[in-house]
Amino acid sequence: MIPASFTYKRAQSVDEALDLMAAGGDEAKYLAGGQSLLPLMKLRLAVPETLIDVGRLGGLSYVRDEDGHICVGALTSHHDLATSELLRRDVPLMAHAAGQVGDPQIRHRGTIGGSLAHADPAADLPAVVLALDATMIAQGPAGTREIAARDFFTDFFETALRPGELLTEIRVPKPAQAGWSFQKFTKRAIDWAIVGVAVQGGNVALVNMAQTPVRAGMVEQALSAGADPAAAAAHAAEATNPADDLNATTGYRKHLAEVLVRRAIEEARGRG
Amino acid sequence: MEVTVTVNGSQVAADVADRTLLVHFLRERANLTATKVGCDTSSCGACTVLLDGQSVKSCTVLAAQADGRSVTTVEGLAAGPDEFHAVQRAFQAEHGLQCGFCTPGMVMAAVSLLNENAAPTEEEVRSGLEGNLCRCTGYHNIVRAVLAAAAERVAQ
Repeated sequence: MIPASFTYKRAQSVDEALDLMAAGGDEAKYLAGGQSLLPLMKLRLAVPETLIDVGRLGGLSYVRDEDGHICVGALTSHHDLATSELLRRDVPLMAHAAGQVGDPQIRHRGTIGGSLAHADPAADLPAVVLALDATMIAQGPAGTREIAARDFFTDFFETALRPGELLTEIRVPKPAQAGWSFQKFTKRAIDWAIVGVAVQGGNVALVNMAQTPVRAGMVEQALSAGADPAAAAAHAAEATNPADDLNATTGYRKHLAEVLVRRAIEEARGRG
Repeated sequence: MEVTVTVNGSQVAADVADRTLLVHFLRERANLTATKVGCDTSSCGACTVLLDGQSVKSCTVLAAQADGRSVTTVEGLAAGPDEFHAVQRAFQAEHGLQCGFCTPGMVMAAVSLLNENAAPTEEEVRSGLEGNLCRCTGYHNIVRAVLAAAAERVAQ
């Protein structure tokens, strides 16, 4: 299997990437690590005419501490997130979850920005940035803007990024409540989550329970009202819309969500 | 496009279609056919090579993305015809292969794992090889081989 023909362009700077995208039009796509996009292109589910490789923009690979926030460059690989001492200390949820993405080979190539911009509802890191109330920084022809994680994932594989915009940074507030957990249920080691849960303090976000990653608002309300983990987790499947597919039925996913949310809350409390 | 990759220490240059995958570049342009195309969907790991020292699945990397960079395949591991790499020796000694199809990728994944974690536990070896499938189900001996290679290196 090889992708349909396309024209490959390599950007040496963010400005050049934006210019190449403006010239490429609707059928151009940014390529970061390619661990989500290239498999889709090989299956011909994605058929871009132009690929703009931003993978060499080394200036966008970093984890640093700025004004109470941890700033993560969009091209930081999952491997570098998982092994960052700073991230493991200050945002262990993100470091741990990044270490659970795919397998080592995929974590060496795949990037957080690529994963978030791809916005697969079964991906791990979108739910993590939701639980962390992170902010996305996007650069585009009209300048730089901030997008709250809550507003970023708009639909199935759709984000609030406008045509031509490039996600450049993820800004994570240092969590006020320390307890965290990331739970993922898969059939085999490297599979996508059938259901996943990210918990940070009283924030609870779900993987693969709707067209986008979602916050489990009713669970959060129950927790803040003092419910115990099991009682709060009973609300996990409310307002969700999980798929019914070869991996799991809708009912099974809802059951899994309740079980995993309870486990996640219990684990987070143990760490809090 | 013109792509130049340093493969096992030697420069390989070729004019390839933009959509050429690294695994095809290695097999058809560098004529190094140990790296296998297994599932071709980023699942099985038979195509694993090192890109700038880190394991990657070469069926899910464009040759263009490796342009100007360094790739190591299993052919580049041995220091000489009679001097296998420690991981290769351990796979032989511990019977870490049956049919051998997954072996080039397994060995490269193991080399990358040991580069990052010189003394892994058995559990760390098993999770470190999660991206590589063996249809002969030879995992126990493969894990033993990686642990033996780690022990040999630490002993040195």
